[in-house]
Amino acid sequence: MLDPLGADTQGAAIISVRDVEKTYGSGAGRFDALRGVSLDIREGESLAIVGKSGSGKSTLMHVLALLDEPTAGTVLLDRRNAKELRSSELNRARNKTFGFVFQQFFLTPTQTVLENVMLPLTIAGMPNRARRAQAMAALEQLELADKAKNKATDLSGGQKQRVVIARALVNHPRIIFADEPTGNLDTATGRTVEDILFTLNREQGITLVIVTHDDDLAARCDRRIQIQDGRILEEATR
Amino acid sequence: MKTIDLVRTGVRNTFRSRARTTLTVLAIFVGAFTLTITSGLGTGINRYIDDTVAAIGGGDVLTVTKVADEDFDPTDTSPQEYDPNAVTTGDGIARTSIEMMTQDDLDAIGDVDDILDVEPITPAQVDYVSHDDGTRYTATVSALTPGQTVQTTAGAEPENGTTQFQISLPPTYVEPLGFDDDTDAIGATLTIAVTDGAFEQHTVDAEIVGVTEETLAGPGGASLIANQALQDELVTLQSTGLPDDQLDQWAQATATFDPELTPDEVDALKEGLADEGFSGTTTADTLGAFTTVIDTIVLILNAFAGIALLAAGFGIVNTLLMSVQERTREIGLMKAMGMSSGRVFGLFSIEAVFIGFLGSAIGVITAMIVGTAVSGLLAGALLANLPGLTLIAFDPITIGVTILVIMAVAFLAGTLPAARAARKDPVDALRYE
Ligand SMILES: Nc1ncnc2c1ncn2[C@@H]1O[C@H](COP(=O)(O)OP(=O)(O)O)[C@@H](O)[C@H]1O
Ligand SMILES: [Mg+2]
Repeated sequence: MLDPLGADTQGAAIISVRDVEKTYGSGAGRFDALRGVSLDIREGESLAIVGKSGSGKSTLMHVLALLDEPTAGTVLLDRRNAKELRSSELNRARNKTFGFVFQQFFLTPTQTVLENVMLPLTIAGMPNRARRAQAMAALEQLELADKAKNKATDLSGGQKQRVVIARALVNHPRIIFADEPTGNLDTATGRTVEDILFTLNREQGITLVIVTHDDDLAARCDRRIQIQDGRILEEATR
Repeated sequence: MKTIDLVRTGVRNTFRSRARTTLTVLAIFVGAFTLTITSGLGTGINRYIDDTVAAIGGGDVLTVTKVADEDFDPTDTSPQEYDPNAVTTGDGIARTSIEMMTQDDLDAIGDVDDILDVEPITPAQVDYVSHDDGTRYTATVSALTPGQTVQTTAGAEPENGTTQFQISLPPTYVEPLGFDDDTDAIGATLTIAVTDGAFEQHTVDAEIVGVTEETLAGPGGASLIANQALQDELVTLQSTGLPDDQLDQWAQATATFDPELTPDEVDALKEGLADEGFSGTTTADTLGAFTTVIDTIVLILNAFAGIALLAAGFGIVNTLLMSVQERTREIGLMKAMGMSSGRVFGLFSIEAVFIGFLGSAIGVITAMIVGTAVSGLLAGALLANLPGLTLIAFDPITIGVTILVIMAVAFLAGTLPAARAARKDPVDALRYE
């Protein structure tokens, strides 16, 4: 079992990783992307993972989001070892507990904005009418209701990222993982997207894990972790 | 994901790369079209044979011959030793050797279980037939065995219950004998000449009562059909003056059995006859050989269609592998959002099956339209002599099975790409450039 790390916890740890290592390849091509990382993500906090390109930020985020298995170390989701989760439980966690925002958006170009936003609900097997209503609500929240019927490709970068955020929160997740969410946006649009994310954190209590190399964005988070060469270099709390 | 959403998404994805899908569908179309036409041929011809069998009737009649030599090898073309009682029929590899039957043999056949009645078949050896002292033509004349019927294009079939001499002509004799058409021949008189044992020629006049329809396997084939009274008269005439030891000898006999017998019991009955040294064949046996030949030809044609489908199957594999490659990120995204590997597999399988369905449905429908048109045209021209033959016919079960089989082939072809999609790791897929 895990003993709580810091006493200044905002809430219980949703995800804890202990001594996590991730190695790619073998022999001469072997590369250690993570070299012993321990970290707790607490309910309701906003956490920034910063570091240079190639330092292992995305790799760590994938491990935290149960998308990738570490080579060594343990990952706990609500104090349960992720290794012991059945694949149906794992899929349910990915679908219901987490929401994802990616730098490259990952919208399906042939589908409408609404269909893209509905995807997590469709995967969850929600009936058509209900998922439409719920996806429309998410779009309204992001002031994109009028774009619901557009093809995803017809939108600007900022609009696309707002669609992605709508998709991330449509199933009311507990954590949103955002990998360089403003990386493809100009400064002003990036600020708007950041504002949206922090509003969700403040008003709906959704935990934020943001991977970024933007110091200003990191500074807005409750806590920031600096990664270098697969290790936590320093941890700072605001 | 619910199954209905899975199907909807799969079907929609099919149309995403339209050109590629169209080409793959086209490949399946060719296979499905060919398969439908070839099996349509089988259905059409076999249905015609079945109809012919039903028309002929005589389902409870065996044609019995006496087997001359148990070791007789029909493929041996070297000269046979002379046997005064044996008759060799046919030529080359088709020849068989039979022995003449006597009254004792008929009695022996009658004693076999389930045989109700035995009648010898006495062929009339006709010299010629002519009408109104016109040109004389050679002909074979035979009578209908019990239970047999013939289709007529004009008039009626010769009646056995009368003492009048009646005969029917095959259509090929109508014009040579000097008649304008089939109806013109009805009621006219036909002169039939036979030679007796003392080499003296006799003529008999008979009334033409019908013109028979030419069919694939009608009784008597192209022979003239006499009623019993005429047949008896001809046989009596030709037997006059024959030495006693040549009387009452028959090459064939017809044996009637209980029509209630099951096919297995009929087989047992034939075995009983074989034990006594006789060989019995039913009309169905004769036509069964036809059906076997047709089925074999259709099978070979279907094999060609199968090869076309196999090639189309590889087309599906190729198309879907490309789709999986192109949609790597999308697959990764869906898996990151909690879609199970099984559902990802299902999504691509549905795409494969749908492509198979499109190709086969379009192919089958086109084949049915083309096949119906072609057999309509042929029935009016090339096959006008075989009335009732629809060369390419379709039955719903075969059509349904064809579509299902092609969809199954498409599913099998889709398993490789679908499995590849299902195995994709969400992280690798999301990092994929
Ligand atoms: N599948 C992989 N195989 C080999 N090396 C990889 C793979 N994925 C990531 N890496 C390497 O791991 C390191 C960390 O990658 P990443 O976590 O994406 O860095 P960051 O997000 O901090 O830029 C990089 O050097 C990258 O090249
Ligand atoms: Mg990265």
